Amino acid sequence: MNYKSEYKAAALLLGAFALVYFLPVGVPRFDQSITEALELTKWYAREHVVLCLLPAFWIAGAIGAFVSQTSVMRYLGPQAPKPLAYGVGSVSGTILAVCSCTVLPLFAGIYRMGAGLGPATAFLYSGPAINALAIILTAKVLGIQLGLARALGAILFSVVIGLLMAWLFRNDEREKAVRAMALPPDGTRRPLWQTGVFFATMVGILVFANWSAAPTEGLFATVFAIKWWLTGCLGLVFAALLARWYGLAPGRILLVIAAVAIAAVATGGNGTAAVFVGAIGLAWLTAGRDDESGEWFDQTWSYTRQIMPLLLGGVLVAGFLLGRPGYEGLIPSEWISQSVGGNSLGANLFAALAGALMYFATLTEIPILQGLLGNGMGSGPALALLLAGPALSLPSMLVINSVIGPKKTAAYVLLVVVMATFSGWLYGALF
Amino acid sequence: MKTIQILGPGCARCNRLEQAAEKAASELGIEHRMEKITDVMRFADFGVMLTPALVVDGEVKASGRVPSHEELKQMLG
Repeated sequence: MNYKSEYKAAALLLGAFALVYFLPVGVPRFDQSITEALELTKWYAREHVVLCLLPAFWIAGAIGAFVSQTSVMRYLGPQAPKPLAYGVGSVSGTILAVCSCTVLPLFAGIYRMGAGLGPATAFLYSGPAINALAIILTAKVLGIQLGLARALGAILFSVVIGLLMAWLFRNDEREKAVRAMALPPDGTRRPLWQTGVFFATMVGILVFANWSAAPTEGLFATVFAIKWWLTGCLGLVFAALLARWYGLAPGRILLVIAAVAIAAVATGGNGTAAVFVGAIGLAWLTAGRDDESGEWFDQTWSYTRQIMPLLLGGVLVAGFLLGRPGYEGLIPSEWISQSVGGNSLGANLFAALAGALMYFATLTEIPILQGLLGNGMGSGPALALLLAGPALSLPSMLVINSVIGPKKTAAYVLLVVVMATFSGWLYGALF
Repeated sequence: MKTIQILGPGCARCNRLEQAAEKAASELGIEHRMEKITDVMRFADFGVMLTPALVVDGEVKASGRVPSHEELKQMLG
């Protein structure tokens, strides 16, 4: 018998036993928290997964497969003019940083081989906040206003932080990497306008499928009334593009269209069912192909596989600790409204600091923030946490430290916390 | 003897590239040594920014994507 592994098993058993033995079942707050965790998860599954996340994964996958990243990287190279490099660094996260694991290598690359510390920092700061998935889910769950504030705030402050970092360390001789950037060959296989139309169609489907009811009469209400017709029309356009430009088999596409139509009619006009069948159909069309649409599927699937379990776990934990909006979880509401309620500088600073230290797995900051907002967090501190959170965590600080050294890392962390505090406070005062 | 290096910080796609390269190499029957590099700082020595990247005998063959099986065989062969 291998005692070492048996000890481990015994310790695990003992731990599980102790956990169950002392499990506070029957204590109202605990039972309520369990209910909240399940309720919140169910709400996400019903409201956000099919209509929002599935299309968002396909869009993120398409960005990885169809958008030429090389053409963007050129503007971050050593010869790029500085103002351009800052601009591109601050917005290129949208297409370069879809997966959180690409942010740090890119940061190290831009710093050591490319445009230098300033643009690299701008990229590092804005990337996690403005990648396509983060923007879409923030706007859907937390509202358009906070979603926009997050994206714009991240872009604006990334430039400010980048410039400040470059200025603070202007005398540092940068260790130049000997190698030139090894850029993959430019993969543009079609004119820009075609890619543009393709992405506009997908974003259109996403936007109309998620159009929410407007309280007043007018354009928004009219669009809401016909949103499934609009989504359907765009779906047909999308199918035509797939057949014409992306070389998918027309016969199979017609089959998928028929399946989507049947799903819509059979469920009495349930758009969610139709979108779900459409997404499955798209997977059937693209999976296993050896061309770029096969790569599209691969990318989409790897995001889905990477992010869905994290998000599910994040939602369960957020529901357990914080409850749905308007309900309480394990943590009493008063604690939250005391520490991050209102819009004082202290509340903003606390939120920014908490965000900087905590590790948020991709996108889990959103359900957690939703829970906090429902328990009385102010909108200013919410933005502060959104701006500081994904950009920094203890693990990422360690990697950043290994790339740029302790002095610059400390300056970066300080700048992020100060900027996030200040912008949250400003946002809370204005809205 | 070929040296195959996979550059990636340990994400899902990096693992896929490693498996795909291993499969292609053994199918071609070439003698090789596989090395995984996860240290971000060393990526810059290869000039790689987009991960995962495939390096064969010190030359960057692909970066930012997992090449298809046929492409991999060409890159390794």
